[in-house]
Amino acid sequence: MNANVDNVIEVRGLCNAFGKQVVHERLDLDVRRGEVLGVIGGSGAGKSVLLRSIVGLKDPDGGTIRFLGQDTTHLRADERRALERRFGLMFQDGALFSSLTVLENVMLPLLEYFALPPDLTRDIALLKIRLTGLPQDASGKYPAQLSGGMRKRAGLARALALDPEILFLDEPTSGLDPVGAAAFDELIATLKNALHLTVFLVTHDLDSLYAICDRVAVISDRRVVAADRVEVVERSDDAWIRECFRGPRARSAQALAQRHAAPAS
Amino acid sequence: MAAATIEAGDATLRVQGDWTLANAAALDALLERLPMRSAAIDAQGLTALDTAGALLLLRAARRATMTDALDIAGLNAADRALLRLVNARSDAAPPPAAVHASLRQLLERIGAALARFWLQTRELLGFVGLMLATVFEVLARRKKLRVTATVFHMEQTGLDAVPIVALLSFLVGAVVAFLGATVLRDFGAAIFTVELVSYSFLREFGVLLTAILLAGRSGSAFTAQIGSMKSREELDAIQALGLDPVELLVVPRLLALMTMLPVLAFIATIAGIVGGGIVGSLSLDITPGMFLARLHETTGLRHFWVGMAKAPVFAFLISAVGCLEGFKVEGSAESVGRHTTAAVVQSIFLVIVFDALFAMFFMKLHV
Repeated sequence: MNANVDNVIEVRGLCNAFGKQVVHERLDLDVRRGEVLGVIGGSGAGKSVLLRSIVGLKDPDGGTIRFLGQDTTHLRADERRALERRFGLMFQDGALFSSLTVLENVMLPLLEYFALPPDLTRDIALLKIRLTGLPQDASGKYPAQLSGGMRKRAGLARALALDPEILFLDEPTSGLDPVGAAAFDELIATLKNALHLTVFLVTHDLDSLYAICDRVAVISDRRVVAADRVEVVERSDDAWIRECFRGPRARSAQALAQRHAAPAS
Repeated sequence: MAAATIEAGDATLRVQGDWTLANAAALDALLERLPMRSAAIDAQGLTALDTAGALLLLRAARRATMTDALDIAGLNAADRALLRLVNARSDAAPPPAAVHASLRQLLERIGAALARFWLQTRELLGFVGLMLATVFEVLARRKKLRVTATVFHMEQTGLDAVPIVALLSFLVGAVVAFLGATVLRDFGAAIFTVELVSYSFLREFGVLLTAILLAGRSGSAFTAQIGSMKSREELDAIQALGLDPVELLVVPRLLALMTMLPVLAFIATIAGIVGGGIVGSLSLDITPGMFLARLHETTGLRHFWVGMAKAPVFAFLISAVGCLEGFKVEGSAESVGRHTTAAVVQSIFLVIVFDALFAMFFMKLHV
């Protein structure tokens, strides 16, 4: 393994517990610049807790997290603020502000952080909305008027508002139909290439792992049991990984991935 | 971070520095000052580009009247790809501007509000009919009475509300006695404070205070309970199992409130009169014995019945509005909050309107 790879996130010895229930115990994980890292694990394995710990929504109970070279557990408020501008976070159901239209939702971070002329703010926000593949007329709608898939795209547009270096996605394809999920995967891949993003992706969706992830990290038994290319991870002999990657659903995802890979090569 | 500039040469605009969101405001100002004339753009000095920068670069190209924005020289491959993507996605026409207030909109809103009021009234009447029909079916034993649920709601809406109802009525009783005493003492008629307190509490305040409190306490709870069930599709599940949501959810709440509101109103009346009596004995020299004797002498039993007759009606109104608003909840948690507020406002409104109607009715009857 290359020793001088550029790690944007380094998690070392992370511990998290809710009461007596231990979620993470001395968990280590690296995220490299420019990659799409998929994080999977069983329900309740602590994928979302890991994401929340990294972005600072939850204070970890132990361990260190280096985020773009800074230790996030010891940050002053203004340093944290500056750091928060450099990543975008998309929540599971978009978490759009329900009293604002999609356009206003995307404009909000721009207005809060930058004193730009109004027409430029609007143009940047509209561009982000168009980049996520939403139709133009969606920008004037309220979140309640959108379908689940469109809300996710709008949430992505807001996450991209400040041109982040790192994009965190919490189960971006859950609740989407297979066609919509595949389109969303493709969107993420396109945006990642065009905007030079590093993507941290929490998912349940094996198709996403095969389609867009450069590396896969598996959380099981309170720690990361494997973090490597998906072809390597699927051959691991951890019990959960075996079950996950050799079950019937995995076989169809693998077949699909191979069919996709065949015309490309 | 390198500052970003654009310099106008003879026939070329030289782009330099970080064209990023952080520099966007400065760049936008520079672009505004750029002359509108034909020129080529050289991006040799560009050190960083993001989507905001790409958007501005396209604006610069437009100012330089370039036919193809992608002709910008000196871009590296990644930046060119970004520029191409932004160019492809930013050409669409802007969305129509929002229409602001106008006379037509004012009229429209008045019309919509009237239509909504009419619709709400009709819905409420329909729901009242449905409730009555179901109650009669329960009474005729064609449908089951849910005893456990009814008793549970009697505890929640009745027993648990006793302290607050009693305390508030006690305080209001004391205040009424105090007010009455202040005015009546000047006429040497302080003893009439007894009638003031007893009439007002027996006929009006006992039941009205209780109804308003229960509208805020139990009516809103009914909406929130049924509403959150609706938003979690539990109501659909009830129906899919072949059960009747009105029988299961509404009738127990209705019966509980209709039995408990009169009881609470009775407690409130007693508490109010006790409050008045205590003020009388402490600051008006009306001893409790005198108070009771006077009460006995001058206040007829009919006043008690006038007050009590209203209690079941108010209970019916509160539970009808509370349950109906719960059924009207759609999906989101926000909707639960909106309908809960609506339930409280509507049921207090209806309680007071009906109280006024009752007052006129009893006046005509001379009771």
